[in-house]
Amino acid sequence: MDLIDDPTPGQNAHEYTVSEISGAVKRVIEGEFGRVRVRGEVGRVFRARSGHLYYDVKDDRNVLACTTWKGQLANLSVMPEEGLEVVVTGRLTTFGAQSKYNLNVEEVTVAGVGALMAMLEKRKKALEAEGLFDPARKKPLPYLPEIIGVVTSPSGAVIRDILHRLRDRFPRKVLIWPVAVQGQNCAPEVANAIRGFNALTPGGALPRPDVIIVARGGGSIEDLWGFNEEIVARAAAESGIPLISAVGHETDTTLIDYVSDRRAPTPTAAAEMAVPVRLELLAWVDGQEARLSRALGRGIADRRQRLTDLSRILPRPEALLSEPRQRLDRAEAALPTALLRLVDRRGADLARMGGALRPSVLSARIRTDRDRLATWEARLAPGLTRGIRQGAERLEALGRRLRPAPLAERVARQRVDLERISPRLETTYRARLAKLSDRLDALDRMRQTLGYKETLQRGYAVVRAGDAVVTDAEAARAAGRIEIEFRDGRVEAQAGGAARPKGKAKPPEQGSLF
Amino acid sequence: MSEKSVGEMSFEEAMKALEAVVNRLESGDVPLEESISLYERGAALKAHCQAKLREAEEKVAQITLDGEGKPTGTTPVDPE
Repeated sequence: MDLIDDPTPGQNAHEYTVSEISGAVKRVIEGEFGRVRVRGEVGRVFRARSGHLYYDVKDDRNVLACTTWKGQLANLSVMPEEGLEVVVTGRLTTFGAQSKYNLNVEEVTVAGVGALMAMLEKRKKALEAEGLFDPARKKPLPYLPEIIGVVTSPSGAVIRDILHRLRDRFPRKVLIWPVAVQGQNCAPEVANAIRGFNALTPGGALPRPDVIIVARGGGSIEDLWGFNEEIVARAAAESGIPLISAVGHETDTTLIDYVSDRRAPTPTAAAEMAVPVRLELLAWVDGQEARLSRALGRGIADRRQRLTDLSRILPRPEALLSEPRQRLDRAEAALPTALLRLVDRRGADLARMGGALRPSVLSARIRTDRDRLATWEARLAPGLTRGIRQGAERLEALGRRLRPAPLAERVARQRVDLERISPRLETTYRARLAKLSDRLDALDRMRQTLGYKETLQRGYAVVRAGDAVVTDAEAARAAGRIEIEFRDGRVEAQAGGAARPKGKAKPPEQGSLF
Repeated sequence: MSEKSVGEMSFEEAMKALEAVVNRLESGDVPLEESISLYERGAALKAHCQAKLREAEEKVAQITLDGEGKPTGTTPVDPE
């Protein structure tokens, strides 16, 4: 085994570096294939943070790695979705750093109508499961919208058809939001337009429409594809403004038709749904007016007829009044007699009552009351005497119970106690007095030992000026005349030369020391 | 019938109210005084409806957009 490559005969082939061979392979692959179309099913799709898209296109045995750079994405008419059958178009190239080859895809198309419909079916199911097709979500269209928003291409037959039909039926204010109705920009622009209309304020400079028509003429399924995109369907479902979809011909049903509030088979039909016919309404209003007048007229005529009928069966006033009049006459005739009879009756009543009222009735009553008073008076004095006697008896009974013996007994007992206690008081008092006297003597002895007189015994002297004790020379000089106390008595003296003679000597002092 | 004044009604509201007034008046069981006030209300509703119908005015404008797809204003469009 050779460790070192030593060229031997037959082994003199060209020796590449890795980069050389990598470059050569790249040239061959790019040169050989150039731009190719490849059909397959989209596998795993990965969108890198950089925005580039990496995905696989595969068949039952092999996989082709595909890339679409961020800048190329906008040009794709279909975004690769896992499971979608597609035809990708691009340039085959290599990636030397990983010894790989891949297809840089510039265009993706759905492989055949069948695959496209399968994808649509999948989306439809997903949105239906979310409840976006629920009939309860659908809003009623306004009867007569003031402003109609139209999302469509500003040029072409569709907008003209709508405007013409609106003019025929009921001319209104129309705001056109221009969008691309096919190609890559279609779906995002249509979704933006629906949201944009909803974001406007009612009555603003750009007034919010009362109804929106999203319209497009007929075309191939690829042409209409933008209206099958999820963003469009979601924008339509979220619209707060009632929305009519009119995309393609009657046979073309796109995703937006399922979520819109009304689906019109054609743009013209959408205009018819949006507004009523003005002339019909004018005729209707006239008709109502006629009915109104007729109804009022008939109401009055009916009443007049009834009035006539009723007045015919109404009895004559004379007939109605004859009976009451007779009653009045009869009553009138009876009136004077009735009055006289009443006066008579009242007079009789008065006489009867007056007869009963005599002085004897009153005096009888006075007599009765006087008798009752006398009875009470007689009972008054004996009652009082009896009360006094009862009180005296009670007092006497209490007096008998009050005797001196128990009191004297108590006094004697207490006197014995006092005699027993008195000697003890005397003894205690004397003992205490003796103790206090001893203590006083002891304290006096203590006082004498602490007093300055003992100090005088040891040869010291106390100097005074008047009552004050002098303790330094300055004070002595200032005082002049001073007094010195020795152990055995006091001497008066003159301090220093500055002393003034004093008239009379102070008498010797005893007692207070300081 | 206590509701908003005729002048504030939308066309559809006025239309419904007018229809109700006509039906009531036609039923014939309305007292005379009320039938007159009903008639007056009906006449006001009719006038309001007619005014709304005469307001019919065609005005078509196209929204202009900035680079981000935001509306910036309008330009008039000739519908022909």
